[in-house]
Amino acid sequence: MTAPFLQTVGLRAHYGDAQALFGIDFHIGEGETVAVIGANGAGKSTFLKSVTGLVRVAPETVLIDGRPSGGSVPGDIVRQGVALVPEGRRLFPSLSVEENLLMGGYARRPGPWSLQRLYGMFPILKEKRKVPATSLSGGQQQMVAIGRALMSNPRLLLCDEISLGLAPIVIKEIYDALPAIAAEGMSVVIVEQDVMVAQRVSQRLYCFQEGRVSLEGASDGFTREQISQAYFGI
Amino acid sequence: MTETIIQGLLLGGLYCLFSLGLSLMFGVMRLTNIAQGDLIVAGGFAAISVAPLVGGHFVMAGVVLLPVAFAVGYALQRTVLNRTLGKDPLPSLVVTFGLSIVIQNALLELYSADPRSLDAGELATGSLNLGGDIYVGTLPLLILVAALACTAGLQLLFSTTSLGRAFRAVSDDREAAELMGLNSAKVYSVATALAFVLIALAGLFQGLRTTVSPADGPLLLLFAFESVIIGGMGSFWGTFVGALVLGVSQQVGFKFDPGWGVWFGHLVFLAVLLVRPNGLFPKTKG
Ligand SMILES: Nc1ncnc2c1ncn2[C@@H]1O[C@H](COP(=O)(O)OP(=O)(O)O)[C@@H](O)[C@H]1O
Ligand SMILES: [Mg+2]
Repeated sequence: MTAPFLQTVGLRAHYGDAQALFGIDFHIGEGETVAVIGANGAGKSTFLKSVTGLVRVAPETVLIDGRPSGGSVPGDIVRQGVALVPEGRRLFPSLSVEENLLMGGYARRPGPWSLQRLYGMFPILKEKRKVPATSLSGGQQQMVAIGRALMSNPRLLLCDEISLGLAPIVIKEIYDALPAIAAEGMSVVIVEQDVMVAQRVSQRLYCFQEGRVSLEGASDGFTREQISQAYFGI
Repeated sequence: MTETIIQGLLLGGLYCLFSLGLSLMFGVMRLTNIAQGDLIVAGGFAAISVAPLVGGHFVMAGVVLLPVAFAVGYALQRTVLNRTLGKDPLPSLVVTFGLSIVIQNALLELYSADPRSLDAGELATGSLNLGGDIYVGTLPLLILVAALACTAGLQLLFSTTSLGRAFRAVSDDREAAELMGLNSAKVYSVATALAFVLIALAGLFQGLRTTVSPADGPLLLLFAFESVIIGGMGSFWGTFVGALVLGVSQQVGFKFDPGWGVWFGHLVFLAVLLVRPNGLFPKTKG
């Protein structure tokens, strides 16, 4: 096994007095695709927010390249090569498609991703580059959100429920694009409600339940019963 | 009547400069700067104090004052105002209200209650013939041109530069902007720094055109508010037009009865609010 690029050790996270994560141990290596599944409110988004600095956590509970990075500001995390496609996309409504993508490149990390390359991959975005990003269809907006994250040339891409609210055919289109995106050794974390999709696109998976890891292992190594128990508890 | 309207447009130019800073700070960080009017007055007094030190010419006073205003705005935002921002608008209102009181009292202490003005030199008496028997003062015309240039400049900055893109992004979604690596505290500070440059310019022109006195601030704030709201929040051209509408309304009222000028402005403001609650040019949401 390659040394983990990102690791969390006993990660705990709080919103005010309410604790949302109770000691998450997680790791992902270079070039790996890992899925995180779990019911609504299990803590999946909180986990991604903790890793990216949107929720403050203790320094030594998040390690990037082995260095304590918990509690860093989001800007420092993205400059270290971890980019988030946030839940609900959160595009900038007053920015055009192209301006949204350019914002993603704000961290100025060197790497293969550029406007040209994204436009080559999603030609529709080139066509619509001048229009407000939030005037696009849901699927196209998701492409912008993913493209915006890629513009920072991440080593690890975190995707929070990118299929939410999209038509099945659009979901398939987006997940089909994933292997090409990750081809150059980028690691990907996929947060998904759809267990089948999650298993299909990932090598390993974690299931969260009420802020704890309830199941962990190779994505194709579980029975339905194991997963549904880990997903819902008893 | 033409004469009245032209005078109103010229007055509106000054009101536009009163309001652009307010519009900018509100647009970028939803901060309503209650001290706007008092800061304009402070800018006017600062120009009056600086002018004799730099040869007496107001242009030189401006050259010294505007960069200082930039630095003061940046520092104030960085050290104080950033701490007041959040979902709740009350802390920033309370703090800028407090700032307003502090400035009024400090000015009263330093300069006494007497109105003072800044010497405009030959500009004060110069005028231009617009054809026929219509003349406009050079100084009011210069102020209107400056307002036009500042509005166009801000609009260009916002729509075409990467700084403008950053302003719009933090305004849309601060957290998402920080995810991209933006430091919103710095972006806000640059916005306030620019607003303070506009405020200082407004104070300088106010001192040149009429007078400043420590108690003027609240009325100037009111004019700035009315301009921004008539024009529609979040649009600089809207603010420009709103200021002209207010200026013309006041001049028309003044023509009927010298006591009615400001009141007529308030009436037009209320009328616009009734007919178009979001102002003449509401920001179109994407
Ligand atoms: N901003 C917030 N403030 C307070 N509690 C929150 C906030 N966001 C999420 N939570 C709580 O944290 C828990 C985990 O939520 P979340 O991470 O969004 O779950 P998931 O993404 O798995 O659906 C839930 O109990 C939720 O109510
Ligand atoms: Mg979630």
